[in-house]
Amino acid sequence: MIELRGVRKAFGRKVVLEDVTLEVRDGETLAVIGYSGVGKSVLLKTIVGLLHPDAGSVRVDGAEVPALRRAELYELRRRIGYVFQFAALFDSMTVFDNVAMGLRRIGTLAPDEIERRVTDALERVEMAGYEARYPAELSGGQRKRVGLARAVATRPKYLLYDEPTTGLDPVTTTVIDRLIQKMAEELKVTSVVITHDMTSAFRIADRIAMLYHGRIRFVGTPEETGATMDPVVRGFIEGRPELAQGAA
Amino acid sequence: MRTWGALLVGQMARLGVDSLPIALFIAAFTGIVLALQASYTFTGAIPLYFVGVLVQKTMILELGPVLTGLTLAGRVGANIAAELGTMRVTEQIDALETLAYDPISYLVVPRLLAGLLMFPVVVAFANAMGVLAGWLTAINLLDLSTPEFVRGLRLFFRPFDVEFSLIKSASFGLVVTAIGCFFGFTTLGGAEAVGRSTTRAVVVSSMLILVLDAFWAAVLL
Ligand SMILES: Nc1ncnc2c1ncn2[C@@H]1O[C@H](COP(=O)(O)OP(=O)(O)O)[C@@H](O)[C@H]1O
Ligand SMILES: [Mg+2]
Repeated sequence: MIELRGVRKAFGRKVVLEDVTLEVRDGETLAVIGYSGVGKSVLLKTIVGLLHPDAGSVRVDGAEVPALRRAELYELRRRIGYVFQFAALFDSMTVFDNVAMGLRRIGTLAPDEIERRVTDALERVEMAGYEARYPAELSGGQRKRVGLARAVATRPKYLLYDEPTTGLDPVTTTVIDRLIQKMAEELKVTSVVITHDMTSAFRIADRIAMLYHGRIRFVGTPEETGATMDPVVRGFIEGRPELAQGAA
Repeated sequence: MRTWGALLVGQMARLGVDSLPIALFIAAFTGIVLALQASYTFTGAIPLYFVGVLVQKTMILELGPVLTGLTLAGRVGANIAAELGTMRVTEQIDALETLAYDPISYLVVPRLLAGLLMFPVVVAFANAMGVLAGWLTAINLLDLSTPEFVRGLRLFFRPFDVEFSLIKSASFGLVVTAIGCFFGFTTLGGAEAVGRSTTRAVVVSSMLILVLDAFWAAVLL
């Protein structure tokens, strides 16, 4: 379980997260929606310890992430797969080496075991056969799939997705959404998916949370989200920001 | 498996390949000019074999390390800042961390060590090239024989000159790579931020090279 309590994060005088409290239950897929620049990526990065909150508590499986020592943090990160917004593939490496990076770090896997796991991860995202390519030779959607393969290769318990479908065409978006669902079902991972695509959110999520002005404004199932009368949430879903005018 | 040793060797090879041709090119022309200017300066008053003295001393003590250092600040330092800066803004450094790699030991340390170890090697070749070019100039364009030039070379030569040259170069190597890594790592923003980091890395490391140059002269000579 991932638990955030009263998380605050500012950059200089700019307060991005004011007081975020959120729970991700084991086995669920939680979508986090919100306008660009509200701090969705910042939120995700505090979960893996890439950013340190100024106040509050971030717990993963009961461990307080900001308080972990380096070795413990690296140990924790093996249980968390992170899918970056623009894939963040290492462009000096082939697809194979990209996916193998996390596996090699474990240090106890034989080369043929690594190869088997890389192949397996690439097959899951339907990118088998691209092992020798470099990231520059792939399309945006293919890169995201390799980024997902890299994240699942170490068989993590959690998968964090930062805008997995932003900037993709509708068909590719559906492909990625199906992959997210497939990972949740086949690998039994707990997922946090940041998105501002409501179609995706409704399609993949067990629950949807909205980040707004540094706080979690709303959390609910897709049905509850669709039915809510909160003007801020309605305004976002319907793409009509004027609904939120005057809302507290 | 890319072990840590392999990373270091890769960085060293890259640094050498990147910098040797340009360093040798600069050293060759510096050697030619030194020989010609020496003979111009010495007319009559000082024996011509002093051309060898001047080429050797200036090349090894000052121009070999400093010109090479400045050039490599523009090549190696800029290269590192641009590469790490790009990795930073495209979240590749974050990605390394999420895969449980320490970016400092994975990216920074091999580059610093490569700079520390390879700069003296490159400068040693540059020094040799400068002296060689000076000698070729002396016997072809000046009225000087090889024994006379060599006599000049050996006249005030001290082994310490070479040590001094190499110590200086190692410090330049450390500065250029460290500054490149620092500005690359701390890049914040997008493509234009990478450009800014690159320029800053070159400017700051060039200035530090000149300051260090004076420092070593004051401390060691
Ligand atoms: N490392 C950082 N340093 C300074 N400001 C940052 C940093 N990371 C994010 N920010 C700022 O925090 C705010 C939220 O960013 P982000 O989480 O990326 O938003 P989004 O919800 O679109 O993912 C932005 O205004 C951004 O400029
Ligand atoms: Mg973001």
